Amino acid sequence: MTEFLHVLTDHWSLFGKGFGNTVKLFLIAAVGSLLLGVLLGAFRVSPIPALRWFGATYVNIVRNTPLTLVFAFLVFAVPKLDVDFEYFTAAFVALTVYTAAFICEVVRAGVNTVPPGQAEAARALGLTFAQVLTQVVLPQALRSMVPPLMSVLIAMLKNTTVAAGFSVLEAGAIPAYMAEFGEPQFYVLLWIAIGFLVLITPLVLLQRFLERKLAVAR
Amino acid sequence: MTGEALIVLENVNKWFGPLHVLQDVDLSVARGEVVVVIGPSGSGKSTLCRAINRLEPIDSGSITFDGRKLPAEGRALARLRSEVGMVFQSFNLFAHKTILQNVMLGPVKVRGEKPAAARERAMSLLERVGIASQADKFPAQLSGGQQQRVAIARALAMQPKALLFDEPTSALDPEMVGEVLDVMTSLAKDGMTMVVVTHEMGFARHAAHRVVFMADGQLVEQASPAEFFANPKSDRAKDFLSKILTH
Repeated sequence: MTEFLHVLTDHWSLFGKGFGNTVKLFLIAAVGSLLLGVLLGAFRVSPIPALRWFGATYVNIVRNTPLTLVFAFLVFAVPKLDVDFEYFTAAFVALTVYTAAFICEVVRAGVNTVPPGQAEAARALGLTFAQVLTQVVLPQALRSMVPPLMSVLIAMLKNTTVAAGFSVLEAGAIPAYMAEFGEPQFYVLLWIAIGFLVLITPLVLLQRFLERKLAVAR
Repeated sequence: MTGEALIVLENVNKWFGPLHVLQDVDLSVARGEVVVVIGPSGSGKSTLCRAINRLEPIDSGSITFDGRKLPAEGRALARLRSEVGMVFQSFNLFAHKTILQNVMLGPVKVRGEKPAAARERAMSLLERVGIASQADKFPAQLSGGQQQRVAIARALAMQPKALLFDEPTSALDPEMVGEVLDVMTSLAKDGMTMVVVTHEMGFARHAAHRVVFMADGQLVEQASPAEFFANPKSDRAKDFLSKILTH
C-alpha cells in the first residue's frame, strides 16, 4: 500500500503537470468543439443547400476518420504547408475538429426532437433563421441534447490521451516517464484511472444539474 | 368590400411529388376583407393558406402581398412574414416561454421594441383575449382554447396587416370552439384582413365577407356567405354542403 501511495507522492509534479495539461487541453477543446459543433449543426438544419451539404460532408469525413489519423495529419502533414504548429496547438485543433463532428450530430438530433410547428410559428412571426434557432429551437432541444452531449465530452476528455503519442505531456504520457523511473506500471495506471474518474465526476454532476434544471423550465 | 387588394394570388401551382395540390389558383383579398376558405380535407386549403406567407413555397405563379411579390428565403421574407400574422391548428406556442414571453418575443426580437413597451402592449392584448391573469404560466398549463387565444394575441402583437388562420378550431374540444371564434369575430368586426381556413360554417355565415370553396386543389367557387350557403352553383359544393349540413 505504501508503495502504491509513493508512486503518486514521489512524482507529484509529474502527475500535476500531466493532468494539468489534460484539463487545459480538455477545457480549450471543449469550448472549441462546442462552438464549431453547434455551428455545423446549424449548417445541417439550415435552409441553404450548400451549407447542409458542407455540414454533412464534414461529419461523414471527420467522424469516420480515426482520431490518431487526425492527429497525425495535423502534426506531420500540416507543417509541410509551412504552417508552424506547437504540439499542444496541434492537439487542441485535432480534438476540436474531431469532436465537433460528434457534437454536430447531437445538435441535429436535438433539433429534430423539437416539433416542427415551433420553428414554423417562429418563422411566421418574422424571426430570422439564426433567431429561430437561438430563441426557439435550441433552448427546447437542449433538454434532449444534455445526456449525449456529456457522453461526447467525456469521450473527448479521455481522447486527450492520444496527444501523448504526439509529444504532448498530458496524463496519457505519464506511464512512459514513470517507466524510466522504474515505477511499477500497474500502480501508475491505477493512479491515472483514478485521476480520470476524479476529472469526469464533475461532468456527471453537471449533467444531472442541467437535466434537472431544464426539466422544470417548462 | 371594394378596397384595394392586399393579397393577390395569380396562377399559383404547387405539387407534393406527383400530387397537384394547388391548380392554377387565382385569389384576391381586399384590405379589411374576411375570406373564409372551406372544402373537403385534402382539397389544398391549408396549403393555400400557408403559401401566403411562404411557409409552403409554390412551384409556379405569383403571390403578391401589399404590392410586393413574396421574396425568397432571407431577411426580406422574414420582414414580410412579420406583417402577416398566422394562427395554427396546433397553436404552436413556444413551449419553453411563458404566455407573456410568447406574446413579447416577436415585437422585441423582430421589431427591436423596448421590452417595457412590448410588455405593456402584450398585456393589453392578453386582456383583450381574456388571458391576462395567466400571463406568467407556461403554454402546457393552459387549455386548448386559452392557448389558441394566446396564439391570436401573439400574432396581433406584431400589428400585422393581415391574419391567416389555418383551421384554428379543429384541434379544440367542442366547448372551447366558441371562445376562439368570439375573438376572431371581434377582429373581423374591427376591420382586420383575414383569411380563415375552417370547418366552422357558423363563423363563415356570420363573419365572412366572402366564402371560397376549394376541392381537389382547385378554387371551385366563391360567393358571399348568404349566396353560397343558399345557392351553391357547383355540384362539388352542393355535395359538400349536403354532407355537412344534414346533421
